[in-house]
Amino acid sequence: MTAREAILGRLRESPRDSLVSTPQLDYSVIEEKTWDPEQRIALLTDNMTSVKTEVYRSSKTGWLEQLRKIARKKQLNNLLVSPETPYGEAIFAAEDMPPLLQYERPIEEWKQELFGQVDASFTTTFGAIAETGSLVLWPDQHEPRLMSLVPLVHIALLEADSIEDTFLSFMRTHQWVQRGMPSNALLISGPSKTADIEQTLAYGVHGPKELIVIIV
Amino acid sequence: MQKINNSFNERSHVELQNPLIRSNFRRAMDGLMEKRRAQFPDEAELSRLRDLAAAIRQNALAKLPELLEQLETQCRLNGIQVHWAQTTDEACEIVLQIAQKHDARSIIKGKSMVSEEMDLNQFMVAHGIECLESDLGEYLVQIAGETPSHIIMPVIHKNREQIAQLMADKHGTPYTDDVNAMTQNARALLRDKFMQADIGISGVNFAVAESGTLCLVENEGNGRMSTTTPPVHIAVMGIEKVVERLEHVPPLLSLLTRSATGQHITTYFNMITSPRKPGEKDGPGSIHLVLLDNERTSMYSDAELRDTLRCIRCGACINHCPVYTRVGGHAYGAVYPGPIGKLVTSQMYGMKLAGDLPTACTLCGACGEVCPVKIPIPDLLKRLRQESVEGHTVKQAGARKKLIEAMVWKTWAILHRSPVLYRLMTWSVTRMRWMIPEKMGKWTVSRKMPEVASRSLHERLEVLHNEDTKI
Repeated sequence: MTAREAILGRLRESPRDSLVSTPQLDYSVIEEKTWDPEQRIALLTDNMTSVKTEVYRSSKTGWLEQLRKIARKKQLNNLLVSPETPYGEAIFAAEDMPPLLQYERPIEEWKQELFGQVDASFTTTFGAIAETGSLVLWPDQHEPRLMSLVPLVHIALLEADSIEDTFLSFMRTHQWVQRGMPSNALLISGPSKTADIEQTLAYGVHGPKELIVIIV
Repeated sequence: MQKINNSFNERSHVELQNPLIRSNFRRAMDGLMEKRRAQFPDEAELSRLRDLAAAIRQNALAKLPELLEQLETQCRLNGIQVHWAQTTDEACEIVLQIAQKHDARSIIKGKSMVSEEMDLNQFMVAHGIECLESDLGEYLVQIAGETPSHIIMPVIHKNREQIAQLMADKHGTPYTDDVNAMTQNARALLRDKFMQADIGISGVNFAVAESGTLCLVENEGNGRMSTTTPPVHIAVMGIEKVVERLEHVPPLLSLLTRSATGQHITTYFNMITSPRKPGEKDGPGSIHLVLLDNERTSMYSDAELRDTLRCIRCGACINHCPVYTRVGGHAYGAVYPGPIGKLVTSQMYGMKLAGDLPTACTLCGACGEVCPVKIPIPDLLKRLRQESVEGHTVKQAGARKKLIEAMVWKTWAILHRSPVLYRLMTWSVTRMRWMIPEKMGKWTVSRKMPEVASRSLHERLEVLHNEDTKI
């Protein structure tokens, strides 16, 4: 008998009373949490800044200037951007940006460079969750997983109308189950942090030391 | 499986003599309780959320074999290879075979309590493969040659100065007790390890059956790093971690992070559904999921003790346990300390080795009150006390049965059932109280022998009653 058969066999032999369909679960305690668009932005901002995220309100026309300011203030030597998103394309077309880098090759071919030389990255987001102050990212071939993890500074662009109330409403609105999950989906709610030493917060353990969100 | 050596009794006596341990735990637990309280200002919300989460976990357990099969099918469709292990030895062997197949020399690990159950680090090192923890707390515990003392905060038993000294000794870097500097030290060292590692190992917080998705909760980014950078990812999980639907995750996640460390959410919530797809530029080329039993099926076989498996490992019961706060995590001698640890360990190791754990409890009930999935921990502890002396379900049930204790209680029962015998007993005990010795075995090691009154309560009340009626 294989381990699989043995484990499943023992589970099936155990007394089980309710094997019927999934119980009607009462999600109202989460569903009741709704806010209007302005409140959502405010709540998201409060939640994110409480864990040391920098949040900037900008506009469809002003965000590039905001990005330039951030790059100057943080003295970024370079910025990793994908030219394949509309926002990335605009950055590549803009002037006065720090030297731009692209994630063109599989990680194996430029691991040293990515880990050692990239100051900051810019990614778009799938949306965000107001209740917990979380960005939702579905990394893909243009904006791979490590873009939001390895560089010291991660700058994320968030469209204001993509902020949902809760994680539950987000996955329902976007029909995650029907649509099928991507290789990797992420909620990011601040810069990397730890409280392992005497419960004292320290930022930038293994991921970015700084998370900057530009809301348009 | 990790070894249990001496008894809880012996270990706790040692720990209680250590004032540093006691103050380190006291400070940490006070902080954690306060942070959790601040996360749940609305009692009604908390209560409704707990009802929902408990129902979700109960549903998952009711359908456990079916959901495991669904998870397996769905994972395979997504390209994740699924392995089953009945024992920790089998699980270690599976990991080793994967490592050998990939000619792996080094492994980087995200935090996983199941891998602690497996004693995986030791096992891999014995087979010539480096296995390095990357969660800061776990890493510090590893370089100290110790084991975690808490399931969420592994190095809670050490204070800042102790950790600073440890890092200076092990890294050969100048002594600093600045938390930021120490964190940056570890970051620099582990970055290289992430780049070089051949395999990343992680645990699993929730596995979603309907989509074949593995969910990981963390703050540091080491979990994402371990599951994204190396070419191979191995996830190890206890079979109880499965939930039926994706929608079941948000309520559990919300309660998990708020109950554990008082955060509204952790920095990262990482949902892994498949290895790197064609065209993608990072992520592991292959993912393996190891499903571990290690006595979980025997916990499952009893309808009451099955509730042990509802646990989402938030550690709230540990943080609120007055016994844990005083003796610390190492006194329990096994992977899982505190109230949930007493449930898990005594059933995993059996009553001979761990049957004393359920008695390390005042039955104050705090653990049951804070449990986000409403596990009736005190009731289960009482059940396990019973199992340890006269049960039939748990491994080595009845192992702690002592003839003398059994006789004492039997006599006690007889004396209390018959009014004549009861009166005779109280009469003789009160009249012959001078015969009662001052020392009574273990009871009087740290207590005074209670003094018996000259007359029993019944007699005194009778006297009062007679006086009353005279008036």
